[in-house]
Amino acid sequence: MIEVEGLSKQFVVRRGRFRRERHIVEAVRDISFRVERGELLGYLGPNGAGKSTTIKMLTGILVPSAGRVQVAGLDPSRRRIELARKIGAMFGQRIQLWWDLPLIDSFELLRHIYRVPADRYRASLARFREVLELDPFLSTPVRQLSLGQRIRGELTAAMLHEPELLFLDEPTIGLDVVAKQRVRDFLVEINRENGVTVLLTTHDLGDIERLCSRLLVIDHGKLIWDGGIAELKERYGPERMLIVDLEEPAPPLQVEGARVEKVDGPRQWLRFQGPAAELTARVAATARLVDLQITEPDIEEIVRRIYQSS
Amino acid sequence: MRLDWEIARRGWRRYAAYPWATVAGVFTNTIFGFLQAYILLAVFRHRGDVGGYDARDTVTYVWLAQALIMTVYIFGWYEFALRIRDGSIATDLVRPLDPQRYWLAYDLGRAPYHLLFRGVPPFIVGALVFDLRYPSPLAAVAFLVSVTLAVVVSLGFRFLYNSAAFWLLDYRGIATVSVCIVVFFSGMTLPLTFFPGWLRTIANVLPFASILQSPVDIWLGKRHGLELAGTLALQVFWAVVLLGLGRLALRSGSRKLVVQGG
Amino acid sequence: MVEPVFLWRRLVGAQIRSQLQYRASFVLDVTGAFLISFIDFVAVLVIFHNVPQLGTWNVHEVALLYAVSSISFALTDLAIGHLDQFPQKVRDGNFDILLVRPRGTLYQVICSDFALRRLGKAAQGGLVLVYALASLHVDWTVGRAALLVVAVPAGTVIFASVWVVGACLAFWTTDGGEFTNAFTYGGTFLAQYPIDIYSAWLRRFLAYVVALAFVCYFPSLYVLGKPDPLGLPRLLDFASPLVALAAALAAGMIWRGAVRHYRSAGG
Repeated sequence: MIEVEGLSKQFVVRRGRFRRERHIVEAVRDISFRVERGELLGYLGPNGAGKSTTIKMLTGILVPSAGRVQVAGLDPSRRRIELARKIGAMFGQRIQLWWDLPLIDSFELLRHIYRVPADRYRASLARFREVLELDPFLSTPVRQLSLGQRIRGELTAAMLHEPELLFLDEPTIGLDVVAKQRVRDFLVEINRENGVTVLLTTHDLGDIERLCSRLLVIDHGKLIWDGGIAELKERYGPERMLIVDLEEPAPPLQVEGARVEKVDGPRQWLRFQGPAAELTARVAATARLVDLQITEPDIEEIVRRIYQSS
Repeated sequence: MRLDWEIARRGWRRYAAYPWATVAGVFTNTIFGFLQAYILLAVFRHRGDVGGYDARDTVTYVWLAQALIMTVYIFGWYEFALRIRDGSIATDLVRPLDPQRYWLAYDLGRAPYHLLFRGVPPFIVGALVFDLRYPSPLAAVAFLVSVTLAVVVSLGFRFLYNSAAFWLLDYRGIATVSVCIVVFFSGMTLPLTFFPGWLRTIANVLPFASILQSPVDIWLGKRHGLELAGTLALQVFWAVVLLGLGRLALRSGSRKLVVQGG
Repeated sequence: MVEPVFLWRRLVGAQIRSQLQYRASFVLDVTGAFLISFIDFVAVLVIFHNVPQLGTWNVHEVALLYAVSSISFALTDLAIGHLDQFPQKVRDGNFDILLVRPRGTLYQVICSDFALRRLGKAAQGGLVLVYALASLHVDWTVGRAALLVVAVPAGTVIFASVWVVGACLAFWTTDGGEFTNAFTYGGTFLAQYPIDIYSAWLRRFLAYVVALAFVCYFPSLYVLGKPDPLGLPRLLDFASPLVALAAALAAGMIWRGAVRHYRSAGG
């Protein structure tokens, strides 16, 4: 679906007033990856890392400085309009709807822009109305919508024409937990049932945990991770946490294979690697336990470690 | 006082930061200067005098108007209204800095930049091509004082129509009407001396003549002695009135904000 | 050919429906625009209050000039007045999405808004036109009538072309991708670039210089049967439709070039 090879992009930035000095900024440096049809992957990176620039090159907004890009078999910068029929994009912080018109009018206009046949449009719209609960504000002018409502409208706008490939930039931003869940479920559904490929750029790690099986991480223009989440956790966050509640407060437990990280009254946090069963037995032998929990590494922490290590 | 100076500097810098905009503006002003000059000069092919102005006065008027157009900011200014609309006004009101005073200081920092860099170049072009009238030293000084007052009067009025944003969702309607009135009754479209008697009377009663016509008349030497003092006094009068009305608007507008939450 | 118009008509229909919902405010708006635009004409009347003629033109003839350019300008404003906000739109990053849609960007930008309230200014121009034609004794021929009828749409296209070219400057306001501000959600005036100030000036420039040249001057000369005071070739009288065509083509090409620059220099 997507093939990227040696992709690079440089910008010439001019600073200063009259005679402006030129700096060359390398936004994206020699990136290569492949995305197969039907994947749902996340694209992560700190701000300014080159995420947006990459997406823009994949969608045809920007022309690369070097390298090869193929999206759905087309060169985005050369065959923009052809490609546009097959893809959908939604940039969470930007507006693509008609500001002064009722939401439904935006959909109608987009329908004509994409030339969607009437029956397909109706079916598609009906589905979105149900999943994203659009009915209460379908006739409201976009400028009067709350952020959450507008985001739902923008999502619909991006997908009305049933694209094969979706680029979503911060799609759940501003949504409440319930709405976020619905959107995530919906993305999973269209991905699994309709085979829509989804490239998700996000800072919301909840999205990543729940949706993505594969992650691309970019920093300073270079791709520093391309792989599954499980491997990511293994590589950067193989340690888990055993939280024990003792009968009464005690000094930090000395147990082989674990390191006490925090003590708060009768509760202690132990960091460990590997299987939990043995360790639990050893801890139980050392102290009187009331309760215990095991937590997985926080993906936020993992991501932070990646950013820091690069 | 120190704060006012800092704010004024910010006003200066905000426009000084875009030298190319200034260049573009100078170019436009120069072109309009020529257009207006030729149109009005055509009038003088039939008459020697219009309302006390001769051809030389009128051409000088045209180039002064072009020079002052940005200095006294005749056209639409919405910075304050936008702050009201996007809610920043709420934080502004909490700070110990009065918004009207802020914008006044800001404008007084901006105006010199526009006078020097937007005003002087087109005027020089006009002076080279046409035969203009120049002021006596006293008139020149009075002119500068008058321009400063004109800026204040203009700011007073602009602040007022910006305040409409406290009450109206779409303040642009009022703003546009206000700007049109200023453009017409300040003498920007045509020197007020061209107006028929009854229209001239209306113009004299309104504050807008103080924004452009007054300083220009002073430069042209049309006001002497008592009349000169009177013109300046009238400008001061309008400045006080407009700023006063602005304060009322600010007070009632901020009260509305507090009650309704913006 | 029909299809692009179809989309635009849908937009216009939607805008009309939406704006008529606030009928009172809308009527006020239109009336306001109508009255305000009279101020321009009042300036003309004031000049003629002082002299019987400007050069070889009397007040009714100037009124004709004024009317043709005024109506054309108003119609352009009606259709693409929103181009004034285009630089801000580009800076906010709201232009990019247009490149992800299967249509030309200029077409989409034109179809993004429609300002019904400018009808007021067009109506005012219409009234002045009626006044001018009623007061003048025109020696009507088919040619003259045809040219007058064509003058307004041609004028609209000419204005629109210059306006579009002016808007192209917006593509040079970003210094390079994500490395300058683009994310000002809600837009802040204080970060405004010079282009916005410039584009406001451009409008006035259009209204006078371009208008004087092709939109109204030459067609009026022909309709009035006047010898050209400037002594330019008579063929120019018929130039406006051709100039309109050339201007539209040029504008389209320049726009395309500007977008190409935007796509390589940094969206």
